Amino acid sequence: MKFKILKIFAFLLFLSTKSFAVVSVDITRGNLDPLPISVSDFYLDAKLNDNIKKLQLESKISEIIKNNLSRSGLFFPLEKKSFIQVPEAAHNKPRFEDWAFIKTQVLVTGKISLEKEGRLRVEFKLWDVVSATELSALAFYTTPDNWRRISHMISDKIYERLTGEKGYFDSRIIYVSETGPKVDRKKRLAVMDQDGYGVKYLTLGNELVLTPRFSPTSQHVTYMSYFKNLPRVYLLNIETGLQDLVGDFPGMTFAPRFSPDGKKIIMSFAQEGNSDIYTMDIKTRVVERLTDHPAIDTSPSYSPDSSYICFNSDRSGGQQIYTMRSDGTNVKRISFGEGLYGTPVWSPRGDLIAFTKLYKNKFYIGVMRSDGSGERLLTENFYQEAPSWSPNGRVLVFYRETPADNTGKGGGAKLWSIDLTGYNERLIQTPTDASDPSWSGLLSTK
Amino acid sequence: MIFFNNLNRVALVLVATLFLGACATQQQATTKGDDAYTGTETVKFLADGVPDRVFFSTNKSELTSAASATLAKQAAYLKANPTLNVVLEGHADERGTREYNLALGQKRATAAKDFLVSNGVAASRIKVISYGKEKPVNPASNALAWSQNRRSVTVKTN
Repeated sequence: MKFKILKIFAFLLFLSTKSFAVVSVDITRGNLDPLPISVSDFYLDAKLNDNIKKLQLESKISEIIKNNLSRSGLFFPLEKKSFIQVPEAAHNKPRFEDWAFIKTQVLVTGKISLEKEGRLRVEFKLWDVVSATELSALAFYTTPDNWRRISHMISDKIYERLTGEKGYFDSRIIYVSETGPKVDRKKRLAVMDQDGYGVKYLTLGNELVLTPRFSPTSQHVTYMSYFKNLPRVYLLNIETGLQDLVGDFPGMTFAPRFSPDGKKIIMSFAQEGNSDIYTMDIKTRVVERLTDHPAIDTSPSYSPDSSYICFNSDRSGGQQIYTMRSDGTNVKRISFGEGLYGTPVWSPRGDLIAFTKLYKNKFYIGVMRSDGSGERLLTENFYQEAPSWSPNGRVLVFYRETPADNTGKGGGAKLWSIDLTGYNERLIQTPTDASDPSWSGLLSTK
Repeated sequence: MIFFNNLNRVALVLVATLFLGACATQQQATTKGDDAYTGTETVKFLADGVPDRVFFSTNKSELTSAASATLAKQAAYLKANPTLNVVLEGHADERGTREYNLALGQKRATAAKDFLVSNGVAASRIKVISYGKEKPVNPASNALAWSQNRRSVTVKTN
């Protein structure tokens, strides 16, 4: 009896998936039924030399694409061992019935060949298995050592074609690497690909560094350093390693972020113990003061069109979120829920502000509209803060700390990501403890 | 056997009640707003009878009466030793966002500095630095540790 019911149910499910003639993924709702996708190994052109063959790019590239799509929570990549057709045949003329048989809806295939002067040509095709059509095909040319970036760019193209929105895989995350005991923590700037690969350390750990933030338009980073025991905001070019003190302030500057055009840095300056919000134009070094209030004003973040700024202030008594015009006028409190609110950061899409909330001894990452309405809490924990948006405004990366025991042991910080629906929470593996993540823009649009 | 099971259950309920009780008091302490540390653990001395640090309530930078008493001793000591310079290091506990805590540490150390200056210590002898939540003195994640970490510490620089 039980068996019969199960059989009918399975049949119904099959029918309902069958009925979607055109594949598309709705990313605005919680994706509890991610789209089944098959990423075939790419096939190697027979003329490739052994040095290239040794790299095993045919499986490595497909593996990265598969992992990206899987971590987005929108796709369910099927196991390679269930594939019936071999990569070369699948790429040139897929037998759709073979792929439909393993219940995949979308198929990714590819080919790797060599051009003149040792350049690699990586071609991929995206197939709709249900309607038996080719959805898109594209070829990338690059040097062989760039295969990771190519894999991320292909992932973005697939994401874009199937969701109708820009991807975020060809991007990086800068963060603070943490080692050593809590009372004597060593902190270093580190940068990695968004999937956690290719970690590079940018500072040696001789001085405390905090809150790095990527420029949305270049390979510059602004961060805070205790160099020579003077806590100040710095500007760092991560390609050349050159860095500069930002402005000539007679006191602590902190909480820096770039303006959307990358030309200004907005930050807090603490004068006589009181923190207000300032901007400095990077080229002209002109400084502008935006707030003048005896309460703490910090954590400023521009709206993507630069016309507004959201920030954190305790002028009402506790930490709350405010917005103002970018000239400092029209200050408005927007957070009115129970508890305290911090680290507001404006979505690159402009519609939402992400924040950290403290309520009844728990910390939450949440989002609200820019007028403060529609507050949604995405995740609750012992301690977590500092959300940063993916370039497409669909995913947040933040850090979470676990409590230390009563002897002070066991506490640590890790990076996590969660998508806007609040369903798809993932740990981002890092070689050390990690905090203060900041997501770059899409590298390929630069 | 049944009896034994019942006993077990009673013990469990008891433990649960005790645990909830402990939580409730801890929460009260942090929401009431006057939870500054009043003990002597972690405290060092600039000289005999002159404690080096003062403690603050959660999210507050106002000096408690105990803090003012300590700073009055520091002011007297600094006036008696006019060649001595100090840096005031402001700190916060780990239960707040990093950037806000940097501002809060700055505010706390500055409150201590203002007290010293208004009690006759030249402002030029005092530097202020905030470490936010970056340098806890007690690494535990409990209410006692947090209260010991909400502090401004006076450190001699010469």
